[in-house]
Amino acid sequence: MKKDHKLVRMWKEGDWDLYENLNVYTGRPEKKNRKLSFPPAPMPETAKAQTRAFYRLFTVLAVVLCAVLASSLIISAAVMPQFGAVDAPAVNQVYLRYADRWLADTGATNIVAGVILNYRAFDTLGESHVLFAALCAVMLLLTDCRDDRKSITRHEPLFNPRKDVIITQVVKILIPLILVFGIYVVLNGHLSPGGGFSGGTIMGAAFILYAAAFGFEASERILSPRVNKILTAAALIFYSLIKSYSFYTGANHLESFITNGVPGRIVSAGLILPLNIAVGLVVCCTMYGMYSLFKRGRT
Amino acid sequence: MIHNILHNYLFWVSMIIFVIGIFMLALDRNLIKKIIGLNIMDTAAYLFLGSLGYIQGLSAPIFTGKTMGQTGSELFINPIPSALVLTGIVVSVSVTALLLALTVRLYKKYNTLNLDEIIEAAGKEEDDD
Repeated sequence: MKKDHKLVRMWKEGDWDLYENLNVYTGRPEKKNRKLSFPPAPMPETAKAQTRAFYRLFTVLAVVLCAVLASSLIISAAVMPQFGAVDAPAVNQVYLRYADRWLADTGATNIVAGVILNYRAFDTLGESHVLFAALCAVMLLLTDCRDDRKSITRHEPLFNPRKDVIITQVVKILIPLILVFGIYVVLNGHLSPGGGFSGGTIMGAAFILYAAAFGFEASERILSPRVNKILTAAALIFYSLIKSYSFYTGANHLESFITNGVPGRIVSAGLILPLNIAVGLVVCCTMYGMYSLFKRGRT
Repeated sequence: MIHNILHNYLFWVSMIIFVIGIFMLALDRNLIKKIIGLNIMDTAAYLFLGSLGYIQGLSAPIFTGKTMGQTGSELFINPIPSALVLTGIVVSVSVTALLLALTVRLYKKYNTLNLDEIIEAAGKEEDDD
């Protein structure tokens, strides 16, 4: 007959309480830094009631606040000048100056492009840097240096598009069209609706589609992390240099070493075309970089 | 005043959308839904700004070459709100990316998107220290 374990014998004889001596048996000391358990342990009833009351109060207050805000906003909409009125306060001297003299000042047939890349080009420089700063922040937050592979590569998805014939073939046809359309939008930013931001987003979407269909190994052959970083930094530095030049020439952002040319041509409108290309590159690289960061944790 | 309310429908529709966004941001406990609420608020602001730039009877600010002796202010709507909307869209994209990255980190640490559970777990962590 197999001999019982000492503790089992103790338990059978009744002088060992399983639950009381569990810690003694395992010999594990009381944990000081208790790990969190999920789902969290249930709260005591009084605390639960308190929390519930707090959230009820919070909800009521938020509803009241939102109702007050909504009513005051709608009343303000009622006393605002009429929609589309010619004498609205938004139609002021700035508008008259921009609308009447933009063609002589900027040479772009798209007035919005003239405004954002010539009159208010500094604003757009700040925007591009905001995008870059957001990319850097996402990189800081999502890049995990300690174990590069484990935490970042997610579990294998149920559906693998790389083995799907329809997706890969359709993407092969679509990618050149999307890229050409994006380049068209960027290059015609000063002539028609579009510009660096919209065109850059379209090109970034093409790269994202490529990476999604063929994997990051394929997309890295075109837009590797190194190329991505260099393109973004170079475009931002180019933009900053161009704009510092415009400061140097009187800081009204209108005079430049390139003449405005004939309105309506691709190569016209002074600095707007190169600035559009720089913005488009920044936006394209940022969009692709953010997708890559969210998908696998590195650019 | 009633006529004004009917005529300014874009203004108050955008304000209602704004309030819906604030409501989501304040009341929903799911972090992703909070971010969606913030984006709805952004969209309402763009609608409001874009509608402010409209001038009755004038066309989009793209010069086609046919002026017929009219100056730009007789042809085109106000381009400045459109330019501001462009700025706003880029900033909201950046803010959304940052918030989503923070949410990913929170989810990795606490395994939940519910703000109450995250606050509770963080409070317990502080108590332990």
